[in-house]
Amino acid sequence: MSEATAEVSYLEHGHSLKSWLLTTDHKRIAILYFLSITLFFFVGGAAAALIRIDLLTPEADLMSNEGYNRAFTLHGVIMVWFFLIPSIPNTFGNFLVPLMIGARDLAFPRLNLLSWYIYMVGGLFTIAVLVLGGVDTGWTFYTPLSSMFANGNVILAATAIFVVGFSSILTGLNFIVTVHRLRCPGMTWGRLPLFVWSIYATSLILVLATPVLSITLVLIAAERLFGIGVFNPALGGDPLLYQHLFWFYSHPAVYIMILPALGVISELVATAARKPVFGYRFVAGSSIAIAILGFLVWGHHMFVAGQSMYASAVFSFLSLAVAVPSGIKVYNWTATLYKGHIALDPPFLFAMSFIGLFVVGGMTGLILAMLAVDVHVHDTYFVVAHFHYIMVGGTVSAYFGALHYWWPKMMGRMLPLVWGRLSAIFIFLGFNLTFFPQFILGYLGMPRRYHVYPAEFQTLHVLSSAGASVLGLAYLLPFTYLLYSLRHGGKAPPNPWGATGLEWTVPSPPPQHNFHELPTVDGPPYQYPVEVDGEREAAHG
Amino acid sequence: MRTIAPLLTVWAALLALLGLTVGASLVLTGTPSLIASLAIAGLKAALVVWVFMQLRREGGLMRVMALGAVFWLLILLGYLVLDYATR
Amino acid sequence: MADTAQARQRETTLMGMYLFLGSEIMLFGGLFAVALALRLMHPQEIVAASKHLHYGIGAANTVVLLTSSLAVALAVAAAEAGKIKGTVVGLQAGAGLGIGFLALKAVEYVSEYHERLLPALAPPEAFANPAAHLFMDLYLIATSLHAVHVTIGVGLLAGLALRVHHRSLALPRQATGVEVVGLYWHLVDVIWIFLYPVLYLVR
Repeated sequence: MSEATAEVSYLEHGHSLKSWLLTTDHKRIAILYFLSITLFFFVGGAAAALIRIDLLTPEADLMSNEGYNRAFTLHGVIMVWFFLIPSIPNTFGNFLVPLMIGARDLAFPRLNLLSWYIYMVGGLFTIAVLVLGGVDTGWTFYTPLSSMFANGNVILAATAIFVVGFSSILTGLNFIVTVHRLRCPGMTWGRLPLFVWSIYATSLILVLATPVLSITLVLIAAERLFGIGVFNPALGGDPLLYQHLFWFYSHPAVYIMILPALGVISELVATAARKPVFGYRFVAGSSIAIAILGFLVWGHHMFVAGQSMYASAVFSFLSLAVAVPSGIKVYNWTATLYKGHIALDPPFLFAMSFIGLFVVGGMTGLILAMLAVDVHVHDTYFVVAHFHYIMVGGTVSAYFGALHYWWPKMMGRMLPLVWGRLSAIFIFLGFNLTFFPQFILGYLGMPRRYHVYPAEFQTLHVLSSAGASVLGLAYLLPFTYLLYSLRHGGKAPPNPWGATGLEWTVPSPPPQHNFHELPTVDGPPYQYPVEVDGEREAAHG
Repeated sequence: MRTIAPLLTVWAALLALLGLTVGASLVLTGTPSLIASLAIAGLKAALVVWVFMQLRREGGLMRVMALGAVFWLLILLGYLVLDYATR
Repeated sequence: MADTAQARQRETTLMGMYLFLGSEIMLFGGLFAVALALRLMHPQEIVAASKHLHYGIGAANTVVLLTSSLAVALAVAAAEAGKIKGTVVGLQAGAGLGIGFLALKAVEYVSEYHERLLPALAPPEAFANPAAHLFMDLYLIATSLHAVHVTIGVGLLAGLALRVHHRSLALPRQATGVEVVGLYWHLVDVIWIFLYPVLYLVR
């Protein structure tokens, strides 16, 4: 180990701007992504703040109708394509996949850098949309609104998403080939960390679903520019065809957003319980099952849109089936925790809040998947609350859990545990206060995307906005103490949490080429407990 | 020569199939015509993939990688047929 | 040892290329989905509209593209055998035939323009019914997107021929480079193999 620590870390290897912007090191590219998506997280968050302030009163007093439409569209577009989809795969996936499988980099390092640049070009288009006044179609770009009536920058926004799609495709392709080709000796498929399994499953969706969105956006642009009419019934087209093509991508995209989070939680739970993951094969297999089933359920977004009843029935049944692999994961995490020696460190608190919120989000998804009930709650705040429980309560909690868990590895500095615990608790409370009232609002009939509403809904809306301000502050909190830790945090040992996995066998931060000598694996993953000689106590003071 | 001969054979077969599909389209109408043209296109594509793209000499994994997208495309097309045919 | 490392590298590169081609299949797959939906919604009108297309030019273009695929397949075989001359000739023939395809396509577009069949340039009233207009829209988008791919492919083939000619791509050591571009070219061919009957031969 002493020999390895003498190596220069990836952070110390060149300090010039050029050494960062032209790097092909997967760890540095991960940091580039981290900085860019953090920026977009706060831009999207600012749009959410505007929405919640406007909804404090039943009247339209902060924004015009048009302005409100632009605010929620921007919130959706930025959060979906510029934060959630790249969040865990492109930061932690990039940083960790090679380390976890015992490789020196991804299979195509230069392609990896290219994919970041493509992401940034897409981001610049989005900023241009923002500066030029926004777009008002909702993140779904439904026709005929987007193709005929919307007067915002639809084509520019579509271009931004088209461009960022290629970044997704290249990243997914890179991960798939890396996992197939670069595993170190002894790292069989049955020994892969569960995080790698989930990134692999996510990558399948990235490569196969994203192109369909790209071509659909081309059709939207052509429809707007030349009036080709593919989605216009007056010209012989069909608006439902748009919804089919859009959701063929966008429903699997939901799994692009949640699968990496499920992988993170498997890692966090095993470390927190100091036990092997219960039913490893089932947890790994359920990731692949979710990725495949995810392609078979998109029509549940169209139950009331006029698709055939037979198609609806099939889509409904298969949507309910997604609960099986999701349930396997939750039960197996619970079984892993059973009789574990649980340490209440910040990452684990995030994992616990993830499990609770994911269960609520998942169960309400089942309610929405039922044909009869969906008629009542379709396009209401019930749906808004449901997907925020999965996307924000789930994915963003897992993202913060991952950030706290791997921060010492990425930056070589320990973070203040007390503050970490506090922010996990505040995020959990703020989140529930924001979104639980929205379930009730939706059930009572409050439609989504309206900012003028009947006075009797005001109490619930005020509660929700109050929660949002707690949540907003709670999201800012980690960035203050994480920045603080960069300068003042204690030096991180290689394995501060006492975890298994190859990434914890190298120094923190890892040397430029990851491994002094390529490791060899000779046993199953998650062989807890790990003896770290009181390293954890020493590290955390 | 051993690598070139199958390429030339396949090329000749592809041209013959092209003639067949044009001919079939002039003779057949309706569903049989659709089935014939798609079946011939499938056969031509298979020849290109198998011999020109040399998928025949790759292992099972590579074949799955190359043809996996076709399966996903069939999911998309299959559901569309289900919806439009029963609406 | 060097050989196995090379074989490993080749397999990695090919896997990446096949996945990329999978994403291309899905990109055009969206257009095939639109074609399917139109056909299911307006069967008679689509059949009538398709009869206006020049299936003869389409067939000639299919011959051109299939032959260029053969040329590229021969180039790959030559590259693997380390034959520089054969590789260059095969790649140049493939690129030349690709240009021929584009030229024929241009002739076809021009004649369709004169027959007032080309949407965007002809008023919607020129078409028998909205579905016919829609079909020609789809035809134009699908064939022009395909033409963009052919253009990229021609550029790749020509560039590769230059690199092989100037020995900046060493054969047969770096034959994978030729093989990968060949795969892309064959896929462009396969897409045309499906576009041709779906657009031209609907009867």
